[in-house]
Amino acid sequence: MNRDFDRRQFLKLAGLGGAVFASGLAGGVRAATAPAADFFFVQLTDTHWGYKGPANPEAANTLKRAVAAVNALEATPDFIVFTGDLTHTTDDGKERRKRLAEFRDIIGSLKVKTVRFIPGEHDASLDRGEAFQEFFGATHHTFDHKGVHFVALDNVSDPTGAIGEAQLKWLAADLAQLDRNQEIVVLAHRPLFDLYPQWDWATKDGAAAVKLLEPYANVTVFYGHIHQEHHHMTGRIAHHAATSLIFPQPAPGSQPKRTPVPWDAAAPFKGLGFRQVGAKAGSTALAVKEVALKA
Amino acid sequence: MLRRRDFAAALAAAAGLAAAALVAPQIVRAGGPRVLRIKARKFEFTPREIVLKRGEPVVLELESLDRRHGFELPSFGLKGEFVPGEITRIAFTPDRAGRFGFNCNIFCGDGHDDMEGDLVVTE
Repeated sequence: MNRDFDRRQFLKLAGLGGAVFASGLAGGVRAATAPAADFFFVQLTDTHWGYKGPANPEAANTLKRAVAAVNALEATPDFIVFTGDLTHTTDDGKERRKRLAEFRDIIGSLKVKTVRFIPGEHDASLDRGEAFQEFFGATHHTFDHKGVHFVALDNVSDPTGAIGEAQLKWLAADLAQLDRNQEIVVLAHRPLFDLYPQWDWATKDGAAAVKLLEPYANVTVFYGHIHQEHHHMTGRIAHHAATSLIFPQPAPGSQPKRTPVPWDAAAPFKGLGFRQVGAKAGSTALAVKEVALKA
Repeated sequence: MLRRRDFAAALAAAAGLAAAALVAPQIVRAGGPRVLRIKARKFEFTPREIVLKRGEPVVLELESLDRRHGFELPSFGLKGEFVPGEITRIAFTPDRAGRFGFNCNIFCGDGHDDMEGDLVVTE
């Protein structure tokens, strides 16, 4: 946290009530490389459309509730990102496409029409992203928004959970064009660091991506996969995992097996939600607010 | 990854981890390390629990019964791959006792998250 930063003012400007995460250098202000205007976006992740099981008996309604909740936000986000596992896996390619189509139809009700997608292993690992690309285009891409550079990485189309040499070269070439103080937001599905490899909560060559990002002073990674809020620093890079929209997972290593947190009938949808991320003009700090899905 | 083409890299990576890769079956001779075969199919390992003695050299043989699966034993830095039609061998000497989880690290379908096992190392 940057102590020089006017937190109250920032929260007011960001229109959010959550925690502020300051990335990068002291002072938090780099006018030439930080956002040019205030904005916020929403991260949704791990919706697992098509899942049927006891961990979420309301699976057929959860995504629709999330869409309604985002549409009901007091302020309208500039855009929305889905960070993977849009659908629950299936061995049947036809069924996978059916689930992707249904997912696309449901999120078509979002009022915000600028929506970005990256795949999770459930969407893409069994066919190397073929069906995903038919619906949502490239599995990795970059875009810029109001002075912030966004890099959406694919660490799932390779079933070993790797980014791969070709994409790492692409990342290096993209980063080479940037000022070292540029505000950079990375979107990924799996954690880029070894959070808990025993549960496959890692990216095989994530360290290579982190190494490429390390020279940059203002890098924040938003990811999914682990179905819970989690915050971690590798050097000066902040990594934030978001809650899922299907079922929560236990804290890393907190129990012998990676079984979902059981559905609580007394508190349905507990542990599910999405995230708002606010950026303020001229500042490299980001405001992060977790929004719980209400019953 | 400890398949033939990755032998050199895997061997180098394994140095210092009390582990090394063997890729040629003739290397495992009579009187050599105990050989223990692990079979993988969606979504289970057989055996699910491996019991070894601390300090006892073994060779793990990885055999797939259906498709490609992964083998990762993070506590010892071991990684391997189950490839249909091939046997992957990992030479390994556990240097500490305890219970250590291993898992499939190649996404293989709806039960992938349940594809886990335990290595028990006794004194």
